[in-house]
Amino acid sequence: MNWRQPTFALPLLIGLLSASGLLSALLGDGGWDAMAWIGLGVPTVLGCWPLLRRR
Amino acid sequence: MNSTTIRRWSQVHTWTSLICTLFLLMLALTGLPLIFHHELEHLLGDAPELREMPAETPHLSLQQLVDAAERHRVGEVIQYLGYDTDEPNGVVAITAATAGTEPNSSHTFMLDARSGEAVAMPAANGGILMVILRLHVDMFAGLPGKLLLAFMGLLFVVAVISGVVLYAPFMRRLKFAEVRREKSARTRWLDLHNLIGIVTLTWALTVGITGVISACADLLISAWRAESLATMLGPYRNAPPLTQRAPVNEVLAIAAKAAPGMQPDFIAFPGTRFSSEHHYSVFMQGNTHLTAHLWTPVLIDARSLEVTAVSRRPWYMDALSMSQPLHFGDYGGMPMKVLWAVLDVLTIIVLGSGLYLWWVRQRAPTTRREHKEAAA
Repeated sequence: MNWRQPTFALPLLIGLLSASGLLSALLGDGGWDAMAWIGLGVPTVLGCWPLLRRR
Repeated sequence: MNSTTIRRWSQVHTWTSLICTLFLLMLALTGLPLIFHHELEHLLGDAPELREMPAETPHLSLQQLVDAAERHRVGEVIQYLGYDTDEPNGVVAITAATAGTEPNSSHTFMLDARSGEAVAMPAANGGILMVILRLHVDMFAGLPGKLLLAFMGLLFVVAVISGVVLYAPFMRRLKFAEVRREKSARTRWLDLHNLIGIVTLTWALTVGITGVISACADLLISAWRAESLATMLGPYRNAPPLTQRAPVNEVLAIAAKAAPGMQPDFIAFPGTRFSSEHHYSVFMQGNTHLTAHLWTPVLIDARSLEVTAVSRRPWYMDALSMSQPLHFGDYGGMPMKVLWAVLDVLTIIVLGSGLYLWWVRQRAPTTRREHKEAAA
């Protein structure tokens, strides 16, 4: 089975990543902020990528 | 999931989305510049600039600052004095005709804590950013406007959840992030709508729910006044009106002693909605990253300067406080603001594509079943 096949596996992972990003910046600066940028950066890139890709 | 269940969820998704989409588009568009309000205020020259003075110039006493504020706004009284971590030599003063005047009729300015000189804060009293903020918060319609937007936010949350339910049947034969570019525009946009919607899900739910909580702020503050404040103020129920106030100078020291390890965020003067008729309320905030968002009010008798109570926060006030950063995205530096803005634009695209998909389906009712089958 393809790793992209299970309907909710990757969305769940992305959701958890987003949530940890949203929370980590509340806890501190520096490394915590960087974690937030990664956590929110991944869904942002995934959302933009199909729009920017040429047909 | 059988086809009846899918159809019901589909109806929920269609109708909750349709009702809230125009409001959500307005909120997403006005929210975009508000993410950068701090930077825009500086750019527009609306941010207060204090005069250069030698470092270590001593600050005036609090009472001198209050007097300076009331001299600057003749005929008005002080409602709040607030502290700004960005400007240690400035104090934000809010004045109005009476202590109980509602917030939109108040005047906000900065006082130079060293000289008592008033410095205008145009962004807080009018100007384009204030117009955008009012549109975003209540559409210039006061409490009914806020509650309407809160309801639209709830519909948005239901739309998002029903969208997740529908994601399963739509993606049954598709791999994650698969966009059928070779098919019709409708199919392509359906795939994009599903993909962008599912990756921005957590962010959209967070901003949606914290927005609903913030929109209910007036109700939560009223509940807090009626519940916590009323019990603490039992002994004052039949007290004669306050005629003479003790100078406010010492309240910060008194509050610091009552709530050790915390810092003052703002002082609410007697008669305002964050205080009582008889108290100075100093709102303290914690000094860790997380607790800096949470307030602990210290109520100080305005005549005797004795501490009446250090208030325990009800859970809904904590929820309200935590909703602020999670809605504004202002707690992780500039990169986070940029991500917030891009996620906001992605949400606009999800809203727009949803509207487009509905429109196309409306115009071709006969092929509806085919489309559904093509999609599933």
